[in-house]
Amino acid sequence: MADRAALPTTPTAPPGPDLPEEAVLDAYRLMVLARATDERCLSLQRQGRIGFYAPLMGQEAAQVGASLALTPEDWVFPAYRELAVALARGVSLRAIFDQLIGNADDVIKGRQMPNHFGFRDVNFVVASSPIGTQITQAVGAAMAAQRRKDPVVTIAFFGDGATSSNDFHAGLNFAGVYQCPTIFFCQNNQWAISLPRHRQTRSATLAEKANAYGIPGVQVDGNDLRAVYHAVSEARARAVSGGGPSMIEAEVYRFGPHSTSDDPKRYRSDAELSAAKERDPIARLRSQLIAAGKWSEELDRTHWEEVRARVARTFESAEKAQPLDPRSVFDDVFARMTPRLEEERAEYDALVRDGAVKP
Amino acid sequence: MTEMNIVQAINRTLHEAMRRDADVLVLGEDVGVNGGVFRATDGLYKEFGAERVIDTPLSETGIIGAAIGMSLYGLKPIAEIQFLDFIYPAFDQIVSELAKFRYRSGGQYPAHVVIRSPYGGGIKGGLYHSQSTEAYFCHTPGIKVVVPSTPADARGLLFTAIDDEDPVLFLEPKRIYRSMTGEVPDGEGRVPFGKSRLVREGSDLSIFAYGAMVPPALEAAETLAQDGVSAEVVDLRSLVPLDEAAVVASVEKTGRAVIVHEAARFCGFGAELAALLAEKALYSLKAPVVRVTGFDTPFPYALENVYLPNADRIVRAAKTAVRGS
Repeated sequence: MADRAALPTTPTAPPGPDLPEEAVLDAYRLMVLARATDERCLSLQRQGRIGFYAPLMGQEAAQVGASLALTPEDWVFPAYRELAVALARGVSLRAIFDQLIGNADDVIKGRQMPNHFGFRDVNFVVASSPIGTQITQAVGAAMAAQRRKDPVVTIAFFGDGATSSNDFHAGLNFAGVYQCPTIFFCQNNQWAISLPRHRQTRSATLAEKANAYGIPGVQVDGNDLRAVYHAVSEARARAVSGGGPSMIEAEVYRFGPHSTSDDPKRYRSDAELSAAKERDPIARLRSQLIAAGKWSEELDRTHWEEVRARVARTFESAEKAQPLDPRSVFDDVFARMTPRLEEERAEYDALVRDGAVKP
Repeated sequence: MTEMNIVQAINRTLHEAMRRDADVLVLGEDVGVNGGVFRATDGLYKEFGAERVIDTPLSETGIIGAAIGMSLYGLKPIAEIQFLDFIYPAFDQIVSELAKFRYRSGGQYPAHVVIRSPYGGGIKGGLYHSQSTEAYFCHTPGIKVVVPSTPADARGLLFTAIDDEDPVLFLEPKRIYRSMTGEVPDGEGRVPFGKSRLVREGSDLSIFAYGAMVPPALEAAETLAQDGVSAEVVDLRSLVPLDEAAVVASVEKTGRAVIVHEAARFCGFGAELAALLAEKALYSLKAPVVRVTGFDTPFPYALENVYLPNADRIVRAAKTAVRGS
């Protein structure tokens, strides 16, 4: 057990291993892919081609930096804004679009609104809408990994709003007690829909909340890819070596609306947004790469064009996929269909036969 | 066969399930060193240790959230919620998460958690140690709800729950935890979900009950027999999935239905049974369906006997049904 008295209040993250320089350019490309996808999806939603979207723009460095510090065996418990995490875990853009559309290729079979991704093949546990519920689940999975002696950590992604949820409290408390290998990765994007960070809690930082549970909590500049990678790597190394859980507060800013159903002009100023965009994680990394001679304005322009074209092309292919089988609505409620569900499916078949519903 | 009470049957079954499968573990408040406030987990801690019999902090959402995570990872957690009355901090985890994991992931992430919880009145537990709120959970697709009324069924249904692939709410009738004993098979005999138990055959009316209401239903049937009324008693055992065929068949035979549960009447489980009979057995009914239930009040402490159904109320309801034909 960690010595409580020795815990720092809210330090910045100690240096962990460096993100290998050869990986930085790939990370940049992932961030660009996420941003281009985001921009495209906002437009697609306005065109009515997808029903809903929750953009992540502004949080790319935090998500990619954290993801690169994990192994494929680690388990991700995302919220619903973790597009870049899914891409960094190796999920294909096509699979993302299949989910946003809810077509026959969607691995979650059209069961959830856009953004609620779940990809078992890359240990990306299916997201839900209630806030914070994934936090205690990540703790339970970490307790299981601990029991099996697997060199696996679980990481829960959540936002500043979730730090007020029941499951944040319960999850950090359990993790502190059982010292299980969990990373609590809070993307503090400053806004929980319309509620600003300073109205969410009186605490000076979100990371300091971890101290109350006997867990080290650190703040990190979430716009700094390398800093996030450092912090998560350090937390991961401690967790797999039996050193227990950590909380990381990555300070970012949500450039976009909470979702396509939200109008941020009602609650925040253009000036605040403009100031935040001065710290755009993608622009920052691009400048660094160009300054280091590893990238150029010209390469960047071409790359963006290629990515935008690829995003558009991939979406169009996903749009052409088959629609879901309407009868699949009755599947996966239970492992085996109950007589009642069989009866309801037969009722649906009769409705179709009689023209009362269109399949 | 061994003679034992319901708590002993549950305790023995937990021991055996944990012995045969190292992935089975138990978590909850006071379940370890203390053996559970009703002693249902007594002895597990000594045999299996703190890693598999986990005393948790006082947080129901923590217990169920963690159990879900363990299950996703491949373990088989059995969570105890000390009283059903205290389950609500975990309601979000149960109805929004546990019950929906398989569905919302397109079958990728089934979550199999068994939640054991004592429920029901008759122990002078007042508002917060007495309620029967099974209907909240039965209303949520994706979770099974079962209620044993005998030691043998407690064992057989618990084995089935542990082996099942779906989430299960296993409700334990605490009023009859120790008040009666019964013969329990020594082997791992399963009681399948979705199959009711015909407790007593009859021809004039059908009494449907579950959990702690089965003994008064049976007592009522015996009293009715003395008055020349032949009452059938059906123990539902499994509310989700429900043995609809048996419910309908019984009323097709008898033509009358008395539904008994402790929970408040309005939107209680009996409403679903009455609707089922209206939909599928209306032309067999010779009298209106009668519900004998708790009243639509909060559960009272000093006056719990006013609230709780008993054999006399069931007899009176049955006679009304028979006279009314």
